[in-house]
Amino acid sequence: MKIAVLSGKGGTGKTLVSVNLAAAAEDSIYIDCDVEEPNGHLFFKPKDLVEEDVTVKIPEVDNQLCNGCKKCVEFCRFNALAYAKDRLIVFDDICHSCGGCMMVCPVKALTEKDKSIGKVQMGRSEDVQVYTGILNTGEPSGIPIIERLLEESKAGDDKIILIDSPPGSSCTVMETIRDADYCILVAEPTVFGVHNLNMVYELVQLFKKPFGVVLNKSLEGENPAEDFCLERGINILGKIPFDSELGTLNSNAEIVVRKSEKYKELFTDLLDRVKKEVRHETTTNS
Amino acid sequence: MKIAMPVGKKDIESNVGTSFGRSPYFLVYDTESKESEFIENKAAMSSGGAGVKAAQTVIDSDSTVLLTPQCGENAANTLKSASVEIYKTTLKSIRENIDAYMAGELQPLSEIHDGFHDHGGH
Repeated sequence: MKIAVLSGKGGTGKTLVSVNLAAAAEDSIYIDCDVEEPNGHLFFKPKDLVEEDVTVKIPEVDNQLCNGCKKCVEFCRFNALAYAKDRLIVFDDICHSCGGCMMVCPVKALTEKDKSIGKVQMGRSEDVQVYTGILNTGEPSGIPIIERLLEESKAGDDKIILIDSPPGSSCTVMETIRDADYCILVAEPTVFGVHNLNMVYELVQLFKKPFGVVLNKSLEGENPAEDFCLERGINILGKIPFDSELGTLNSNAEIVVRKSEKYKELFTDLLDRVKKEVRHETTTNS
Repeated sequence: MKIAMPVGKKDIESNVGTSFGRSPYFLVYDTESKESEFIENKAAMSSGGAGVKAAQTVIDSDSTVLLTPQCGENAANTLKSASVEIYKTTLKSIRENIDAYMAGELQPLSEIHDGFHDHGGH
């Protein structure tokens, strides 16, 4: 059962929700796909770490063979190639590894070489398997790392898998939710929060994913994110209070489920709710 | 010799553009014939790598000198590979800067910025 946790911006509580649901699930897998800024490992502090390098293919030019036709320069959508006077220059950090330049080169002056863009880290925290993707600073796309993380976790497909998504609704988020059985959208109780919620709400609809909303930082009284859900008949899975006990534990990188009975109950209930939703989806849609 | 400059309008009486890679046009001024030509900067609307593409346009125009208020690292490296010299514009108008360059009053551009690259998000 793959559950992706997403939000329209950073800092809404994706990591809080996904880390604690994984901890509440027991014998689960937590995958941190927020590869530009993975921070789930700060909470889990996984042991027995195994690391693997992630590489992509980028072009390498043989200027002896290059005839200066500039077909590759014209082809590249990302402008990663330039022809200066008598030689072709490849900008590794702009290249998106599409391989098109190699296809259009009439004299085979371009060949593939491996370039490391980051790594995946695998470890264990109590009974949770922790997978972390780490993208090197300045790399244009984290998608190859996310692909590898999801591939590596396939062995545990029978377990509950919590996927901590990158913020927003861009390509990396799409890659993250592509195979998810269910999406949890985390929302803040502000007008700004509604705007961000709407972004991911549109995305999950586009991908036809079953989903529900968790209202984080909830206070008594007005909650624009809750109103947004009620107006549209969106399933509200639960509320997490704006609470100093939770804030303190979380800021100290503690997993609240492992420290507080109250929060263990809250996240266990939330998980049960989500499991029920997923089972309901699989029986009605298969 | 040909001099290239990023410009906002196809008008020699207008001002120098404020950026390099994202300027809508380049002026290519021929110091011998005193003729000026405006070429479109196809990089202006690029989602990324605008500096590299703009540098390619300057190189392809056979300019050997670029007068610009600023320039990113990738663009500067591309231009250097093609032996295009980069000078910093200090005055507002296109004409004043050309005159200043001809009089040897412009300095080579020393601050090359890291580029205004879009991080993630695509």
